[in-house]
Amino acid sequence: MIGLTHYLVVAAILFALGVFGIVINRKNLIVMLMAIELILLAVNLNLVAFSAYLHDLVGQVFAMFVLTVAAGEAAIGLAILVIYFRGRGTISVDDVNRMKG
Amino acid sequence: MILFIVFLPLLAAAVAGLSNKAFGSTLPKLVTTGALFVSCLLSWPIFIHYLGGAEPAVTQVFTWMKSGDLDIAWALRVDALTAVMLVVITSVSALVHLYSWGYMEDDPDQPRFFAYLSLFTFAMLMLVTANNLVQMFFGWEGVGLASYLLIGFWFRKPSANAAAIKAFVVNRVGDLGFMLGIFGIYLVFGTVSIPDILAAAPHMAGSTIGFLGYRVDTLTLLCLLLFVGACGKSAQLGLHTWLPDAMEGPTPVSALIHAATMVTAGVFMVCRMSPLFETSVVAQHVVMTVGAATCFFAATIGLVQNDIKRVIAYSTCSQLGYMFLAAGVGAYNAAMFHLFTHAFFKALLFLGAGSVIHAMHHEQDMRFYGGLRKKIPYTFWAMMAGTLAITGVGIEGVFGFAGFYSKDAIIESAFASGQTGAALTGVLVALLTSFYSWRLMFLTFWGKPRWAQSEHIQHALHDAHGHGHDDHAEAHDAHHDNGHQDAHDGTGGYHPHESPLTILIPLILLSVGAIFAGFAFHKFFIDPSAGEAYWKGSIAFREKLMEAMEDLPMLTKLSASIAMLLGLLTAIQLYLRKPDLPGKIAAQFSVVYDFLLNKWYFDELYDVLFVRPAFAIGRLFWKKGDEGTIDRFGPNGSAWLVSQGSRVTARLQSGYVYTYAFVMLIGLTAALTWAIQS
Repeated sequence: MIGLTHYLVVAAILFALGVFGIVINRKNLIVMLMAIELILLAVNLNLVAFSAYLHDLVGQVFAMFVLTVAAGEAAIGLAILVIYFRGRGTISVDDVNRMKG
Repeated sequence: MILFIVFLPLLAAAVAGLSNKAFGSTLPKLVTTGALFVSCLLSWPIFIHYLGGAEPAVTQVFTWMKSGDLDIAWALRVDALTAVMLVVITSVSALVHLYSWGYMEDDPDQPRFFAYLSLFTFAMLMLVTANNLVQMFFGWEGVGLASYLLIGFWFRKPSANAAAIKAFVVNRVGDLGFMLGIFGIYLVFGTVSIPDILAAAPHMAGSTIGFLGYRVDTLTLLCLLLFVGACGKSAQLGLHTWLPDAMEGPTPVSALIHAATMVTAGVFMVCRMSPLFETSVVAQHVVMTVGAATCFFAATIGLVQNDIKRVIAYSTCSQLGYMFLAAGVGAYNAAMFHLFTHAFFKALLFLGAGSVIHAMHHEQDMRFYGGLRKKIPYTFWAMMAGTLAITGVGIEGVFGFAGFYSKDAIIESAFASGQTGAALTGVLVALLTSFYSWRLMFLTFWGKPRWAQSEHIQHALHDAHGHGHDDHAEAHDAHHDNGHQDAHDGTGGYHPHESPLTILIPLILLSVGAIFAGFAFHKFFIDPSAGEAYWKGSIAFREKLMEAMEDLPMLTKLSASIAMLLGLLTAIQLYLRKPDLPGKIAAQFSVVYDFLLNKWYFDELYDVLFVRPAFAIGRLFWKKGDEGTIDRFGPNGSAWLVSQGSRVTARLQSGYVYTYAFVMLIGLTAALTWAIQS
C-alpha cells in the first residue's frame, strides 16, 4: 500500500534534487530554471498528498495556482534568458557574476 | 579705597595682558607700573591709619556662592595684619615694576611680563585681604599660578620650564594639605569665615576627630593640615626644593615673589589663623620645630653655594624658617615684624644681585666676580645696606638696621618662652647668616676681578667687539696706575657698568626701607603695650611674652649680635685676608662640603623616593594599562574585529547566483530549524 510517507519521500527527493540542481550546477542557466521547476513540483506534490490525506480540497486548489504561477515564472525566466544570451553570448552559470559588487 | 588697591592691579594686568603687543610695550608698562604706584600710595595711608589704632573693617564686594549652610562672599578685610601686608606687597611690587623697566629692557615679551607681575600682585592682595578661607585659597592658587608663569617666563629655556613645573607640583602637595584643612574646618565649624572660626576655636579644644582611622585632636589636626599648606608656599623643610630652582625666573620675579611676598603667604596664613594655632600646643611645637630646622638647614646650604641668586634664595628659605620659629613660640607679631623687614632687605638684596648680574652680563657665579666695589658703587652701597640689615647690625636702644630688631625679637621671644633649643638654633643661624651674607659681599665686591674666564663675559666681549673699543681705551687709562694690562688683571678686558636709573631708584628706596623699617616700626610690632594697641586682636598677641623679652639677661639679648660679629670675622678671615683658605677647608672636609653643596641631597632623595616611582607607575599604566589592555581590547580590538569580519563576509559576495542561492538555503534551513525547535 502506498501511503502518505511515500509521497512525502518522493517529494523530498525531488526537492533535494532541485536544490542541488541550483547549487551544484555550474553549466547552464536553463538547468537552473528546470531545477526551480523541480522544487515547485516537489512542493506541489506535498500539497496534493496532504490534500488527499486530509480530505481537504484547498491543497489541490493551491497546487493548481502554483502550477499556473510556475508556468508564468518559467516563461519570464526563459524570456530573461533569451535577452541575456543576446547581450552576453553565453548562458554558462560560471560567467554570470555581474552581481558582484 | 581698598577696592582700588586690590582691583587696580587686576585691571592693569588685563590691559597689559590682553593688549599683548598691540600697543607696543611702553603703554602696558606704563599702565601696570602706574596702577601699582597708585595702589602703593593708597596703601600707606591705610597702614598709618592702623598704626594710629583703627578698628578692623570689612568691605563686602558680592556673594560668591551660597549653598545650604555654605555662604562664601567676596569680602575684603582690612585690619592691622592686612595693613602690614598691603604696604609690603604694593611697595615692593611697585618698585619691582619700576626696576623691571631697566632689567627687562631688551626682552621682546615685556607686556606679558608686566601683566604677570600685576596679576600676581592682585592675587597676593586677594590672599591677604581674604575674609574667608576659600577666598584666601583663591588668592593662594592665584599667586601659585603667577609664580609658575613667571618662573617659566623664559619658556624657551628647558631649565626654566622644569623649575616652573617643579614649583607648581611641590606647591600642589602643600595645597592639598591646605584644602583638607579648609574641608576639615568646614566640617567642624560649619563655616569658612575666618572671624567666625577664630571665635569658635577655643570652644572646640579637647574634641577629637577620626582621621585615617585614628582618633586625633581636632584642632591639632586642622592646624597641622593648614601648616602643610603653609610649608608648601613658604618653602619649609621638606617642601622647600622648589624655591632655589625658582631662581630660573627673571631676577625681579625672584625679588617680588620668591623673597618678599608670595613665600611669606604661609607665615601670613599662620598668623591670620593664630588664635586657632594657640589652641594646640602640639601644632605650635611642630611649627616651631619645622621653622628652626628649615632655618638651620637652609643657612648651611647657603654657606657654600656659588650662584649669587641661590645664596640669597637659601637665605630667604632660612629667614622664613625664622618667621615660623617665631610663630611656633607664640610670637606671631615678631614673625610678622620679620616678614615686614625681611621684605625690604631681601627684595633689596635680590634687586641688588640683579643689578650685579645686569652689570656682569648675566653671569651669576660669584667665583667670576670680585672687585666690583669701584665699578658699580651704587649697587654696592645698596647691597651693603641689605647685608647690614639681614645680618642684623645695630646697638640696642640706639639704632639698628631692619633685621636687627626683627631677628632679635624672634630670638628673644624664643628664649623668653622657654624654648631654649629653638632660641640657640636661632643664634647659631644668625652666625651662619652673617657668614654667608658677608661671603657674598666679599666675593662680589672685594678682591681682584676674576671674570676673565666667564663664558658670559667672553660672550659679551665678542658681541661688543665692534663698538666696545672706546670704553676699552677709557678704562685702560684708569687701570694704568695698577700697572696691569687688561688681559692679565682678571677682567679679560670687560668693564662692568652701573645699571640705569630705573634700576637704581628702587634700590635706593628699598635701602631706605632696609635701614629704617626696623627702627621706625619696632614699637608697633613688638612693644608689649603699643603692640597690643596696634594689633587689636588681628593676631594672637601675647603681651606677657613680649614683657618677658624685655627682662632677659643681657647676654641672651646680645647673643644674636655676638653671633653676627663672629660670622663677620670668620668671613673676613676666610674671604678677605686668606682667600686660599676656603678652598683648602673645602678640600679638607670634602664630604661635608659636597653634602652642603648638593643641598643635603634632597633633590636626589626625592628623585628616588617620588619622581622615579611616579614615572614607573605612569609608565606601567601607560604601557600595560592603557596600550596593553584598554587600547588592545577596546578601540583597537573592535576595529580589528570589524575589518577581519568584513574581509570574511566580502568573500561571500561572489556575484554567482548559486552562491547566493546556497546562502539563502542555509538561512532558510536555519530559520526552519529554529522554528521547529522552539
